[in-house]
Amino acid sequence: MTTSNRGFLETLWDFFCSLKLAISLLILLAATSIIGTIIPQGPPPPEYLQTISEGKHKFYQALGFFDMYHSWWFILLLYLFTVNIVACSIKRLPRVWKAISEPTLVMDDKFEKTLSLTHDFKMNGDAASLRDKMVAFLKGEFAAPVVTERDGEFHLFAQKTPYSRLGVYVVHLSIIVIFIGALIGSFFGYKAYVEIAEGTSTSVVHNRADMKPIDLGFTVRCDKFTVSYYDTGAPKEFKSLLTVIDGGKVVFDKRPVIVNDPLTYKGITFYQASYRPAEGAGLYFFTVRERKGGAPAKISIQQGERKVLSDGSTMQVLEVAQEVSKFIPQFQGPAARIEVTPKGGGAPQVFIVFQNYPEFDAQRGGDLIFSYDGSEEKMFTGLQVAKDPGVWVVWAGCFLMVAGCCMAFFMSHRRIWIRVRKGEVTLGGSANKNQPGFQLAFDALVDKLKQQ
Amino acid sequence: MTSSMLFNIATFSYLISMLAFFTFLAVKGKSVGLVGSLAAYFGFIVHSAAILLRWKESYDIGMGHAPLSNLYESVVFFAWTIILIFGIIDLKYKYRVVGAFVVPFALLGMAWAQLGMDSGIQPLVPALQSNWLLYHVITCFLGYAAFAVACGISIMYLIKAGKDESAGSAQSGGIIAMFPSIKILDDLNYKAIIIGFPLLTLGIITGAAWANYAWGTYWSWDPKETWSLIVWFIYAAFLHARFTRGWVGKKAAILSIVGFAATIFCYLGVNLFLSGLHSYGGGG
Repeated sequence: MTTSNRGFLETLWDFFCSLKLAISLLILLAATSIIGTIIPQGPPPPEYLQTISEGKHKFYQALGFFDMYHSWWFILLLYLFTVNIVACSIKRLPRVWKAISEPTLVMDDKFEKTLSLTHDFKMNGDAASLRDKMVAFLKGEFAAPVVTERDGEFHLFAQKTPYSRLGVYVVHLSIIVIFIGALIGSFFGYKAYVEIAEGTSTSVVHNRADMKPIDLGFTVRCDKFTVSYYDTGAPKEFKSLLTVIDGGKVVFDKRPVIVNDPLTYKGITFYQASYRPAEGAGLYFFTVRERKGGAPAKISIQQGERKVLSDGSTMQVLEVAQEVSKFIPQFQGPAARIEVTPKGGGAPQVFIVFQNYPEFDAQRGGDLIFSYDGSEEKMFTGLQVAKDPGVWVVWAGCFLMVAGCCMAFFMSHRRIWIRVRKGEVTLGGSANKNQPGFQLAFDALVDKLKQQ
Repeated sequence: MTSSMLFNIATFSYLISMLAFFTFLAVKGKSVGLVGSLAAYFGFIVHSAAILLRWKESYDIGMGHAPLSNLYESVVFFAWTIILIFGIIDLKYKYRVVGAFVVPFALLGMAWAQLGMDSGIQPLVPALQSNWLLYHVITCFLGYAAFAVACGISIMYLIKAGKDESAGSAQSGGIIAMFPSIKILDDLNYKAIIIGFPLLTLGIITGAAWANYAWGTYWSWDPKETWSLIVWFIYAAFLHARFTRGWVGKKAAILSIVGFAATIFCYLGVNLFLSGLHSYGGGG
């Protein structure tokens, strides 16, 4: 009973340690990840549902294809992957550590046969003086050696970058660190969203996942939002001026926040994400003069408001456009469509006035001549709000991963042994990576020694 | 002299280079091989100058940004990185014939960009206005280019291995005789991938850092992100496969080609067929 139990556990352990499992998992993760890039993620839109049969829909639903990367089986693959990495590393690390911490110091005849790079020299002198010469040589040309005496022979051992053998385990560790960082973020952080109208403030944002309100503990005010455009009409910059007030004190005053330049306070970061006009909250400006002469009057009027003019008639703004050329190609710039109703009622007149053509309305022939001076539209700024205390753990993991990759791929553990006997010196070398490169270095070392 | 003219000269140089390499395969004349390399290097210098000039031109018209912002500019830069990685391998390992299987990738990119794409300099939309654009694009494309070189070498490997098998132990002649031995091709494939893998890793990390800086999420399973991870998984599998005996040689070469196909899908396919943050390629 115990033996079969032990046998099972051992088989299980071997299964998790195997490189075959690692390769299979990597390929399986790659293959299954494709599903989520083809099937739309999140609640499927009705147009999409019409293109697939009901059976398919049920099948997709059952396997969690609409939230692929959080489905039980994908998470299970990731867990298996993690267990595999840990098990593989635990199994192999002690052997690698032993190679680093307890190097073979003595090159006996048996060990010499296992080395592909060796060279023999005849040299004059007794063992002790040759030893001193070789120690100086290794120190100058390679690395300081460890000297061991055995049976009247001296054995020298020197090595370079032994720790590069740990590179692959640093990469494995980095993956675990990144996963831990991601878990910290998902447990203790949130992604939220908030819209703030110009001139107003808020201290509550809404969680993206469940729309639940989150109290920030401080207040954010949007003082102004602006959009600028290139000549081509493409957007150039979205900018909010944000003021942060904490406990009655202004922490940030009208700090500009643009895309790619967020604002962070108390671990909570605000990102410029979107905007929209606040309907009905705009203010429009006009100049009205009487045809018979007299000082022109400046008026400001809100959307939906009806204003009485000097001659007793009333006006209201029906709609405005920032760029009129889309509708009337002969004209450019902002324009407003207004309605003027004569005093005491009567048929209202509807016409368009342009900001760039202030004299245009004179052609209409009315008693009052209008020109449009522009608008001050109230805007809502849309901000992403994120708190992620795990992000630094993730970056630390990323740094480890790059460092580990460089150790694993570009550095090699190079070792040189020298055995000194009376009148004879034997050189041996080995590298755990890039053998041809090390062979060149070894040959160069041999040449140098010959010249001595 | 405009950058567009220089890009045409570079494209033409790559054409000469490719033809010289093909001739080299057929006639085995060393000087023809040298012409192939020299034409590629000349093209590379002109290509570099053209990229710098385009950078300056964008400042001259008042929307200065690094020439890495749309599909045209990225294809042109990809071709540049392919020649760069080829040059490094050519100078370091001296297997000139590899050029016959790598330069065509760069030529294809340049010809497509010059003949089939709008080369106008466009202003940067707000999301792209960041230095991260530079770090992210450069690391990603250097990685992609190393994978392109690995793919070219793997194709050589499969041709050579196939011929060796059918010819039995007899020395295979003709064009294949010019190829380095399959052992060397296998090793070069591995070397190109160990250059590419850390670069791709850096590319994914800089992308994640940028996304975190711009939107507050370093990973959102967007199709582009997911595909970059798929590519990463495939090459990670390749690297692990090299430690087990059964997976060197042919299987490794096939995995390298599959990896490059996934890389190309990650680069172009995602933009053309799937929607997401990196949508410049789809014209949307």
